Amino acid sequence: MSNFKKLLVSAALATAMIANGAHAETKRIAVVVKALGIGFFDAVDKGAEEAAKQLGDVQIIYTGPTKTTAEGQIDVINALIAQKVDAIAISANDKDALVPALKKAMDRGITVISFDSGVAPAGREMQLNASSTELIGKMLIKMAADSMPDGGEVAVLSASATATNQNAWIEAMKGAMSAYPNIKLVEVAYGDDLADKSYREAQALMQKHPNLKAIIAPTTVGIQAAAQAVEDAKKVGQINVTGLGLPSEMAGHVHSGASKGFAIWNPIDLGYAATMIADQLMTKKAVAKPGATLDMGRMGKVTLDANGEGAMADPFFYDAKNVDEFAKIF
Amino acid sequence: MTGASATKGRQIPDSLTHPATRLLKSWESLLAVVVVVIFVTNSFASPYFLDPWSLSDATYNVTEKLMIAFAMALLIIAGEIDLSVASIIALASTAMGFAVTLGAGTPELVAIGVGVGLICGLFNAVLVTGIGLPSIVVTIGTMSLFRGLSYIVLGDKAYTGYPADFAFFGQGYVWWVFSFELVLVAGLGGVFGVLLHRTNFGRAVYAIGNNPTGALFSGIRVARVKFILFLLTGLMSGIASVCLTSRLGSTRPSIAVGAELEVVTMVVLGGVNILGGSGTIPGVVLAALVMGLVTFGFGLLNVPGIVMSIFIGLLLIGVIALPRLWARLRIQRG
Repeated sequence: MSNFKKLLVSAALATAMIANGAHAETKRIAVVVKALGIGFFDAVDKGAEEAAKQLGDVQIIYTGPTKTTAEGQIDVINALIAQKVDAIAISANDKDALVPALKKAMDRGITVISFDSGVAPAGREMQLNASSTELIGKMLIKMAADSMPDGGEVAVLSASATATNQNAWIEAMKGAMSAYPNIKLVEVAYGDDLADKSYREAQALMQKHPNLKAIIAPTTVGIQAAAQAVEDAKKVGQINVTGLGLPSEMAGHVHSGASKGFAIWNPIDLGYAATMIADQLMTKKAVAKPGATLDMGRMGKVTLDANGEGAMADPFFYDAKNVDEFAKIF
Repeated sequence: MTGASATKGRQIPDSLTHPATRLLKSWESLLAVVVVVIFVTNSFASPYFLDPWSLSDATYNVTEKLMIAFAMALLIIAGEIDLSVASIIALASTAMGFAVTLGAGTPELVAIGVGVGLICGLFNAVLVTGIGLPSIVVTIGTMSLFRGLSYIVLGDKAYTGYPADFAFFGQGYVWWVFSFELVLVAGLGGVFGVLLHRTNFGRAVYAIGNNPTGALFSGIRVARVKFILFLLTGLMSGIASVCLTSRLGSTRPSIAVGAELEVVTMVVLGGVNILGGSGTIPGVVLAALVMGLVTFGFGLLNVPGIVMSIFIGLLLIGVIALPRLWARLRIQRG
């Protein structure tokens, strides 16, 4: 038995040496997303690969759990720690629950940054926001308001009630609503980022509020489901669906008229910028501390605030004029 | 193993149990072979696999679920099921989080977590054995109820700020790479193994699963045994909640979502008959090893998690289909 064990160990060591020899110069950055199979994150991966190609000596590991749970991400993080990757860039399902696992990663010398949905400061070196919460909140209500000059009722269809991002944006949106006194927010519904549940919640919103003029869905799953529900209920023109969506998924709904326009930052840029930052931090070319300025390659520079957070860019508006062009990209 | 039905010995039950026992035995040895194959494959597939610390980290994939799976195995063998276990984790965790805001220390937190688990188990037990409702319906109901309560209390908020020494249960090590959770789950496995395989209570569990009416008429207090099993399942969920909460260091109402299915998968993969009447604790432990090693091995190779879901799904269908196919083959051979 012990001979067998020795054999195993030596075989493993041999494999390790071969593996290390082949990738002696290559650094590995793991991009951990909320769950695999989400278009937005596949685009993030595309951007990360672009950055890796530009950097030359970087290999991207694109991974994530099957369901959007913190427990699933912790299992993934443990596997990455075991692989001794050089850096982890993560979009968190839960900003608190991941802290112990990510702390362990940092203790073992792995650079950890979060992007998109952030991790609490104790669990990462810096957080890269795609945009700033205030700008997104303002954008959300502005897009709805532009389609309803006389004011009226709007409702929000969000992801899960615990989603860090969506809750912050909705709060910021509520704050920005003082500029539109004749618009009333009647309900915030939660579709849990599941297509079928979001669809049912959108139907329920239309039934409960017959005077509804706009549904604001700050999630790529919700906006699509809501647009579909509006089309199926034959309420195109009466209810405008807006929020945050992917051009490739929303192009049809923009052309049908269910959505007059929506916004999103460019996830390719986000993946690119996160990879650039992770590379700088893991090669010790820069240190993430409040006030530090980090280089994001073609995306310019980002300055970290007191919480170690930085914003990449403003959200971008898509409508019938430009949606097809971007639908080809992501 | 032979004495279980010998006391009521008629020829028909004897001839039924014998091939079944043999099949069961072969299932566990098959699982053991699968474990070894996965272990060896992993060692060759990834240079990072044979690292004591990595393997220790990997045990967290299954430890909390295995604790519940022990009690769930007994419950399923007795012909019942509890689908509310993951929601019990959520409610117990929420109660602990709430207690933290009132200034509770670590001993109180553990007592509250375990206590809430017991109360939830008691609630299920009363509904199933007291009123006589089918357990699958009751626990689908309490699954929504318990988690719903957590959502009402917490909404989109989280409880953090657990005391530093509370982290020991989910992040601490007893000795070298052996984490508290690993030692605890090993101990619990021993306790449940003895309870099921070496006591009258365990024999009663099998008897109830095979034939509840027969068990009742042979003097077994069926309702009481089931009552205790639901309590045990609640208790284990409470303990798992303490461990998971300690490991995450925070509570959200979405904690452990979907874990009940993984627990049931573990139990059924371990060879426990979903219709009741047969199954063993070693089988469940082996199933947990298979699931844990596959998750970790695929994780090391960065294989998307969905592939691992497919693998477990196929294994599960195999578990159900293999004995049937085997039996059919035997009949054909005559």
